Amino acid sequence: MSSCKEDDPRIDGIQSRIRVVPNFPKPGIMFQDITTVLLDPKAFKDTIDLFVERYKSKNITVVAGIEARGFIFGPPIALAIGAKFVPLRKPKKLPGKVIREEYDLEYGSDCLEMHVGAVESEERALVVDDLIATGGTLCAAMNLLERAGAEVVECACVIEIPDLKGRDRLNGKPLFVLVESR
Amino acid sequence: MATIPNSLVLKISGAKIVLPINYHSGNSVKTKLLPNPKTPIASTRKTSPIYRPANTTRPLQQIKSSHMAAQIVDSADNRISRISSSIRVIPDFPKPGIMFQDITTLLLDPNAFKDTIDLFVERYKDKNINVVAGIEARGFIFGPPIALAIGAKFVPMRKPKKLPGEVISEEYSLEYGTDTMEMHVGAVQAGERALVVDDLIATGGTLSAAIRLLERVGVVVVECACVIELPELKGRNRLGDKPLFVLVS
Repeated sequence: MSSCKEDDPRIDGIQSRIRVVPNFPKPGIMFQDITTVLLDPKAFKDTIDLFVERYKSKNITVVAGIEARGFIFGPPIALAIGAKFVPLRKPKKLPGKVIREEYDLEYGSDCLEMHVGAVESEERALVVDDLIATGGTLCAAMNLLERAGAEVVECACVIEIPDLKGRDRLNGKPLFVLVESR
Repeated sequence: MATIPNSLVLKISGAKIVLPINYHSGNSVKTKLLPNPKTPIASTRKTSPIYRPANTTRPLQQIKSSHMAAQIVDSADNRISRISSSIRVIPDFPKPGIMFQDITTLLLDPNAFKDTIDLFVERYKDKNINVVAGIEARGFIFGPPIALAIGAKFVPMRKPKKLPGEVISEEYSLEYGTDTMEMHVGAVQAGERALVVDDLIATGGTLSAAIRLLERVGVVVVECACVIELPELKGRNRLGDKPLFVLVS
């Protein structure tokens, strides 16, 4: 069920708008910058449309977006499909009661938090971020949603870096991406 | 609250309108005089410790048989009332004494979220806005849907070291110390018309830094738009000559 959208003519326009910035945030990393996609209203709209077309008939009740670039793509999708939007945030950003999930980084660990009560049992969730690399953040996001009783239907990203095998860290959950960066 | 069985009395922009009600069968809609949308949140609303379940199956227009009544239900006042009541106040966050205005509960109500965006889009769609600048991170939630609807580009304004590549920076004051906001070089061009979006304006420090960044490269900042204003903090005065538009004050 995992897939990548290759044949739609809108993909070329989106892919050509992604800017690669070398050695960011540190030497050796080729950073996939989506801000240039956002500067082209047609490319940005096409990006959202491609996700909305896929999910509008799948009875998704929750779109969870990962801070901060998931906040750019998640809400427009949520609005278009009539789902609620739930922000998943770094520690201490969400006010009130939260649940948290720790995940590993290359060196050390980090945490993702979600509001208690934002998601109810048996809701159908989509997890959105701009890019999947190692899959650590997406995996933490899925765990948060499942702990709250939701069913994660799919993860959706604009870009995948297949060499980092993030797809394998999703506990068998399907991943849908628009562009692969090799 | 007055109960009005046979007609709906509303105050909209000072005019009083009386209409017969033709409600779609099966729906019961409470009729009441709408609250003043400028009511301060902290003094009149109860803290909601739990989330209201999102009613995703309820159509935005409940009244199908009466066109004029449908317009009343979708009036700005009605939508603002729903938006205002969906915002949650968290006391003592991030530190004691602060009543935090939490918009995440608004995002859990698809109708309220859609209404929020619609109210901004209706205001800006004919104003030739080329750029919507959203302030990290909650400005990233409201800015992009507005940008998409009005055909403008979206430019994220970020904390330091988040944006890759060349940036310009603007420092601004906090209660103690300073912070820095960054924008990509080349994201905007001189002469473009911009809207600056954030969830809330408090002291106005962040918004005024965003305005300065845009104006430094020759952009015309048309207006600042926020869901919530905390008027007692007088942020509006820090925006220079730039107008501010808010939904809830």
